Amino acid sequence: MPILQSFFVLLLFQLAGEAISRAARIPIPGPVLGMGLLAVFYIVRKKEPGQGMQKTANGLLSWLGLLFVPAGTGVVANMALLRAAWLPVSVALIVSTLLTMAVTAWIMQRFSRRAA
Amino acid sequence: MMHSLAISPGLLPLFALTFTVGTYLLGVEIQKRLRHPLANPVLIAIVLIGTTLHFTHISYADYFTGAQFIHFLLGPATVALAIPLVRSLEHMRRSLVPMFAALTAGSVAGILSGYLVVRALGGNQLIALSMLPKSLTTPIAIGVANRIGGVPSLTAVFAIAGGILAAICIDPVTKALKLHDPAARGLAAGTSGSGIGASQVIPQHTLSAAFAGVAIGLNGLITAVLAPILVAWLRRF
Repeated sequence: MPILQSFFVLLLFQLAGEAISRAARIPIPGPVLGMGLLAVFYIVRKKEPGQGMQKTANGLLSWLGLLFVPAGTGVVANMALLRAAWLPVSVALIVSTLLTMAVTAWIMQRFSRRAA
Repeated sequence: MMHSLAISPGLLPLFALTFTVGTYLLGVEIQKRLRHPLANPVLIAIVLIGTTLHFTHISYADYFTGAQFIHFLLGPATVALAIPLVRSLEHMRRSLVPMFAALTAGSVAGILSGYLVVRALGGNQLIALSMLPKSLTTPIAIGVANRIGGVPSLTAVFAIAGGILAAICIDPVTKALKLHDPAARGLAAGTSGSGIGASQVIPQHTLSAAFAGVAIGLNGLITAVLAPILVAWLRRF
């Protein structure tokens, strides 16, 4: 039962996020806004998430990759669009993703150490 | 067997759902055995399903009638990222400055390199603009693509492919650069590969999950603000 209640809370915050995102025309997607709202909710109440919520969140997040498979499969169908420009596209994807990753991790680790 | 399934369309949604979970679990099993970064469960599942749809002539729309139930859980799962965030609040408060510095630098690096590498290798401006928001979570990426004059469907392809690439590379890259801090790894996975990138590090550490979740949201915000500004200058190239 706590798991079902927790799932209900997650849906509720997603719904609130969607509603605000649409009404206020914010470019942030509803679920991302819902994540922020739920975090603020716990921070304001100064309460740690309960056992049921932690279990539910861990359950959903431990197979987050699976949840991207349906959308990802749809994208494969669009690959044909790229046949003409495969070289710039694939090199840019690799270079840019790795650069973003390395820059972010390096700055974060280096400056955190200095602060500590 | 595939053909008989195609004849009885009532079974198709259940088949799609079962097949999606099954190929992903198979991918997880292969990842455990091979312990190679390329053995990524998301990539394995997409390749197996894509190939199967191609050879059985089942349309993506028909497949999605079943797969949508998994797709729908992305919403509540994204909201659930608030839980590791709240649990890592103290750590996050202490590292607000490096976090925003790293996020901003990562965002700018992604915008500039995405656009400029496409242009340098002879890709047209439309492709370069569509590449620019590729590190963002797909709905924000599409919004930014619309705003700066990219092609949203291309951006969606780049966002998913970039996410898979980030999931594959986050472990070997941070290992090679000796960046072992779980917060830094989480932040980098979320900034470079949004949700799919994050899915690789989330099970590894609560801090990685927390910073990956925050990175997905904040990189979306920062890039949505910076992209139109930088594009005004980038259009010269």
